Amino acid sequence: MTPFTLRQADEQDQTLNPGMSPDLATTSPQHKKAELTLVSRTTQIKERALSLLFFLCAIVAVLGVVLIFAFVAVKAVPLFKDIGFLNFIAGTKWSVAQSKFGVVPFIVGSLVVTVGALAIGAPLAILTALFLSEVAGPRARAVIRPAVELLAGIPSVVYGFFGVTVIAPVVGRLFGGAGFGPLTAWIVLSIMIVPTIAMLSEDALDSIPMGIREASFAMGATQWQTIYKVVLPAAKIGIIDATILGMGRAIGETMAVLMIVGNAPQMFAGLTKPIATLTSQIVLGMGYASGDFQTALFGMAALLFIISMGLVLTVRLLSRSKREEGQGA
Amino acid sequence: MALDPLVAGVPTPAITHDSTAYSTPLVSVAEDTTFFVRNMEFFYGDFHALTGVSLDIHGGAITALIGPSGCGKSTFLRCLNRMNDLIAGTKIEGSVLFGGADIYGSGVDPVDLRRRVGMIFQQPNPFPQSIYDNVAFGPRLQGIRKKSELDAIVEDSLKRANLWKEVKDILGRNGLAISGGQQQRLCIARVLAVEPDVLLMDEPCSAIDPTSVQKIEDLMAEIKDEVTTIIVTHNMQQAARVSDYTSFFLQEVAGEPAVLVESGKTNDIFTTPLDKRTEDYITGRFG
Repeated sequence: MTPFTLRQADEQDQTLNPGMSPDLATTSPQHKKAELTLVSRTTQIKERALSLLFFLCAIVAVLGVVLIFAFVAVKAVPLFKDIGFLNFIAGTKWSVAQSKFGVVPFIVGSLVVTVGALAIGAPLAILTALFLSEVAGPRARAVIRPAVELLAGIPSVVYGFFGVTVIAPVVGRLFGGAGFGPLTAWIVLSIMIVPTIAMLSEDALDSIPMGIREASFAMGATQWQTIYKVVLPAAKIGIIDATILGMGRAIGETMAVLMIVGNAPQMFAGLTKPIATLTSQIVLGMGYASGDFQTALFGMAALLFIISMGLVLTVRLLSRSKREEGQGA
Repeated sequence: MALDPLVAGVPTPAITHDSTAYSTPLVSVAEDTTFFVRNMEFFYGDFHALTGVSLDIHGGAITALIGPSGCGKSTFLRCLNRMNDLIAGTKIEGSVLFGGADIYGSGVDPVDLRRRVGMIFQQPNPFPQSIYDNVAFGPRLQGIRKKSELDAIVEDSLKRANLWKEVKDILGRNGLAISGGQQQRLCIARVLAVEPDVLLMDEPCSAIDPTSVQKIEDLMAEIKDEVTTIIVTHNMQQAARVSDYTSFFLQEVAGEPAVLVESGKTNDIFTTPLDKRTEDYITGRFG
């Protein structure tokens, strides 16, 4: 058994270092030196080529962001003189027929839908993450974690369909109306953002060293005290990050929201009254809009872009402050 | 020291959750005995890690557990405050009495036990909170809220842990922002703040600088009258320097359970060991 294991280890070593030719190791020191110089030159070229390739790939992402934002911004610019920025950003009336393009109802709609979804989804997701990371045994984890991950893989149109056929009728029966509106959107969206927040929160919780949990238990803390007073504070920033990313998901979600929110371009007036969001209104109009109407839609797209950029920046700032705290500043 | 071989056969008494759990001694145990261990067997799943361990831990003294790596001394230590409960698949047999009461008796609350039997780990593990909050953690768990009271406990504990002078002006700084040796003393202060009866130290000095080691050894000597200390160490000089009693653990064959070879006064163990294996280990013939 032993010689076999040894040989196997040898083979593994060689596969781990494919660039190392076996005869190189056996040549005399002088020869080795000369050959090493040669090899390192080719390697250098390869390395440079590779890092250039990686750089180009990374640049594609940057270019994509810049180009899309430039495109949207250029298309939205006429807004300032044709519609008027104030009429756009502070206008409460949206009527294509009357050429009124106030987007406040949609901003409010997006906010209401997002905040509600977060209020339900974030606690659900964070408690799920806590369960997976702190409480669950291996067997429970083996079932629940893939299930949560699967939630992330379901196409949003399927969520929308679920909302239309299952949630909306129930909401309609309980509260009257057709059941399309913020409440239905909250329920469906909160499920949609659970995987984002739960998975990232779990990563944050798992990255906390086991030692501090042990220390807490050894201090005579119960499991709940350990979670509440030690684990959660230590993972706070990571969990906030996760929640903000979940918020980004909720604000940007389009298809499912479009199917269940009612799509009435009017101000939020109740949990079961139809509304529209920035995203759903853009989709509805995009097919046939022209002129000022189209400009207004691009303006809304730019607004969404700025909101998500703000969220990403917040996450960055938070993680920076976390690093500084870790260094004791 | 009365060694009663029948103790292991004594049926588990009905012990309740409340704090009187430890007040009814099962057997007559010598007054200065803090832990009374008889015929202990320990298993990690299928692996039989320790067998036949019988040992008295003397109160108001420092006991060193020595032995080569993998000899089960840390495992034994973690049995004394039931930290092994947190590892899935572990099993313990035999008697472990603390102040005369079986700590593995049915209904005994491990949380309460751990308040009385504090623990220091190999890697310093302060919470990522301020130095003050680290030390105030235990007292706050016990419901102490008054600022002046907490201030006093924090200062006193840091003083006892030989750390006060170094951190008195930076109590608000993160506990992870100080040096490793200071972190370890912070962890000791955190444990002392709840005034435990016993302090278990699992190789507390193997990951820190020599100056801090010196300070930790000093503080161990200073507190040993109030806090019975049991220290696992790889460093035999340290065992000889700091401890009053020494126990030598050994796993003779890989895969077989480890045993407690010999226990006694540190001086006796290091100068006139009774067992050949102890002598071989002390004189550096293996391990």
